[in-house]
Amino acid sequence: MSTETTDAGQSTPESESLLDSVVSQQRRELWARAWKRFVSRPMSVAGLLIILVVVVAALLAPVVAPYPEHAGKYTDFAAALQGPSLDHPLGTDHVGRDVLSRILFGYRLSLMMVGVVLGFGVPVGVVLGLVAGYYGGWTETIIMRLTDTALALPPLVMALAITSALQPTLWNAMLAIAALWWTWHTRLVQSIVASERTEEYVQAAELAGAGPLHVMFREILPNTLSPILVKVTLDAGFVILIGAGLSFIGVGVQPPQPGLGTMVSQGTNYLPDSWWFAVFPGLAIFILVMGFNMLGDGLRDVFDVEVNR
Amino acid sequence: MKYWQYLVRRLTGGVVSLLGLSIIIFGVSRILPGNPARMALGAMASEKQVRELSREMGLTDPLWQQYVQYMQGLLTGDLGQSLETKREVATDIAQYLPATLELITVAMMFTVVFGIPLGVIAAQNKDGAVDHATRLVAFFSVSVPGFFIGVMFQLIFGYLLEWFPITGRLASEYSVDRETGFLLVDTLAAGQVDAHLNVWLHLLLPALALSMAGMGQVMRITRSSMIDVQDQDYVAAERGFGLPSWLVTYKYTLKNAFVPTLTILGLLYASLLGNAFLIEVVFSWPGLALYGVTAVMNNDFNAVVGVTMTIGVAFVSINFVIDVLLGRVDPRIRLQVEEAT
Repeated sequence: MSTETTDAGQSTPESESLLDSVVSQQRRELWARAWKRFVSRPMSVAGLLIILVVVVAALLAPVVAPYPEHAGKYTDFAAALQGPSLDHPLGTDHVGRDVLSRILFGYRLSLMMVGVVLGFGVPVGVVLGLVAGYYGGWTETIIMRLTDTALALPPLVMALAITSALQPTLWNAMLAIAALWWTWHTRLVQSIVASERTEEYVQAAELAGAGPLHVMFREILPNTLSPILVKVTLDAGFVILIGAGLSFIGVGVQPPQPGLGTMVSQGTNYLPDSWWFAVFPGLAIFILVMGFNMLGDGLRDVFDVEVNR
Repeated sequence: MKYWQYLVRRLTGGVVSLLGLSIIIFGVSRILPGNPARMALGAMASEKQVRELSREMGLTDPLWQQYVQYMQGLLTGDLGQSLETKREVATDIAQYLPATLELITVAMMFTVVFGIPLGVIAAQNKDGAVDHATRLVAFFSVSVPGFFIGVMFQLIFGYLLEWFPITGRLASEYSVDRETGFLLVDTLAAGQVDAHLNVWLHLLLPALALSMAGMGQVMRITRSSMIDVQDQDYVAAERGFGLPSWLVTYKYTLKNAFVPTLTILGLLYASLLGNAFLIEVVFSWPGLALYGVTAVMNNDFNAVVGVTMTIGVAFVSINFVIDVLLGRVDPRIRLQVEEAT
């Protein structure tokens, strides 16, 4: 989105950099209008607020959590399985740890997973999608076949298979999900690029002597940003769900680390009497995923793009 | 493009995907640090024993030979032995697969039976109460973890209200001879009505929990395609001719609005296979997914490969069937494939 200052300005006449500044002016106005439409939707603003609150609380967990030391291998059996109270608003778990504190630290793990998976998956996926869509032919066939293969299994099952072959740890779970995630973005970007490739602005750039890199990254990429942004937002919720699912099964976050899915799984052993132990971590997952979905849904309307999860 | 050409192209795509999957799984299995022979024998085995078993298992052969052998096994249905159950993996899968298919099929039934009519009603009352309600449900259902819905169902309908059993497929006082492995069918075939009802009791919560995520999507997609279609001139003409409203809605409009729903249903069926992994764990459902999870936890690699490939084949087959149907229902899709290639 910040393509205001272009390299093209250095080596070309004044007039072209003027054109560039007009284009970037227009682009900025477009984003300003999008922002206006965004804030007029209560759902998407609420989604953004949920995410912000959770992210801040997670970042500040060591400060804001009532019992930061309960995040890890702490035990106080005298306080085990106490219901919600002023001391422990969301109760305590089977070894006497504060559930609220563990949820806050659990959010850190969930968000870290989102960061790692999307931080790897999105750039890789976008670049491959650009290349496949722009060059077409054999390059496209090979790349798209690869994505089809990675999508030949439900993501959870694929991640499970990969994680099982390595060791069931948080990092391997993230690695497994990241190894799949790029494919969705490759598909998305490839389909957009394939249709943009024949647009006049692309042909104009090519006639003006722009190289493939310039055309792909400077001309076409900016036009794929809004669908990618929508997809990334919806993805975040999906990654959290898959991560929680893997942890619930037992191949993601390992105890005593406070994975949200791990906590639900442990809590089910203490149903129905100590219901809070399973219910609150589950609700915590739901709230954050809901936030991302509300935001993503709003952004989809704002940019008026068709993006499926 | 002719219909058969379209089918051949789709089929080749599916087969290539499966080949790719087999390479990935094989690759992962041979890169992993642990020696399968060592795992089979346990920590107490001597170096010599491990080396002998390695040779016996073909682990010392060149990689490509191992792959060829592994593929031969896959194609002839020989998936090797499970380290955990000490039986053929293929036998295990044959035993556990029907339970999963039964669960998924009933879940799919719920999805269709509730999802499509609610989507139609929402479209007819656009921006009305039902429309908003389905939007909320759809939103809720994609945001809540499937396993958590299962846990909540257990807590509310199982533990607190005691309406439904919490785990398993059949109460222990009943015993049914295994014919197909589908308990709903087996109990009926044996004429055991009580047992049949008991199977339904066990099925209801997990199937409903499993169907939630898809139900929301089906509602929304049916709604939006119904809205697209019901604004068409020919629908107005049909109404103008005085055809009864239900006939126009359910016969003429829904039929044309069905293509996007069909696509989603195919994807859903496939994604149910994935989510079943979580639901089966929650409800201790003795299906393929629970078997797979147990295999993962025990490093039972042959079993993991077997389960993964079975699901891969199911996944690809479902997608192929959907392509076949779509190509029939909507010839334009064939043209799109042609343009895209």
